[in-house]
Amino acid sequence: MTPRFSVGTSVNVRRGNPPGHIRTPYYIRGKSGTVERICGEFRNPEELAYGRSGEPMQVLYRVRFSQKDVWPDYRGPVNDTIDVELYEHWLEPAH
Amino acid sequence: MMDNIPHTHEGPNPHAPRPDHDDTLTHHKRLEIAVRELLIEKGFLTADEIREAIERMDARGPHLGAKLVARAWVDPTFKTRLLKDGSTAADEAGVQMDQPTRLIVVENTPQVHNLVVCTLCSCYPRMVLGIPPDWYKSRAYRSRAVHEPRTVLAEFGTHLADDVAVRVHDSTADMRYLVLPMRPKGTEGFDEARLAELVTRDSMIGVTTL
Repeated sequence: MTPRFSVGTSVNVRRGNPPGHIRTPYYIRGKSGTVERICGEFRNPEELAYGRSGEPMQVLYRVRFSQKDVWPDYRGPVNDTIDVELYEHWLEPAH
Repeated sequence: MMDNIPHTHEGPNPHAPRPDHDDTLTHHKRLEIAVRELLIEKGFLTADEIREAIERMDARGPHLGAKLVARAWVDPTFKTRLLKDGSTAADEAGVQMDQPTRLIVVENTPQVHNLVVCTLCSCYPRMVLGIPPDWYKSRAYRSRAVHEPRTVLAEFGTHLADDVAVRVHDSTADMRYLVLPMRPKGTEGFDEARLAELVTRDSMIGVTTL
């Protein structure tokens, strides 16, 4: 499976709010960041949680966000960041 | 008769007895016992295998992470490998990575300070740090470490200048994180074993420095 995004690419996190076992923290949905690294392929935990196979495998990324972009009231320098692990189906290209 | 003497623990401050934690058989406790007994009864596992697995988990602790940190301090090529692929380098150093999750090691420098949290639950690099402390699993730490990391750090006694970037890592999925703290000053002549003794659990979570 070829990763859809490469390191350094700007991505948006989908703003979805589906039911079930979700690993995308609520606070990061709808935010924009940059791919920090590609972690490899893993079984989809949203499927595994219900006893299914978790296939097809999903590419897992680490995406880096500026804290100022994540929290409008963030008190701290502009260089502060937060890295979150996100599966490919939660990401879309930033325009 | 002894019956009339109040219960004091022989100390100066008598207090009400604290409740026991093991007096309620909850749904999940009951489920665990039922599944465990069935697995043993049906011959899938033996009680000894379960005991051995628990002992193996209990034997893991911060001494394993400290070993990796100390080796990285004295061996620059090992440090390069550790930062590139934590799991493979840890295996090489004799620290077993018998988990599907991968280890990512993040380095503190004079410009960058790393802090690890799992906002969703309590993901923790058990293979190198053992069982997480209770505060790591608390709702307060999990929510505040991402939103006001510098305040949380200050509460742990870690005061960082504004020109040091705070990099928070939320372990939401299949990666586990170990912070490589900066080597303390004045330890130039120390060997690997002596250095390892200086490395604390909290410094490898990133809430403190050394």
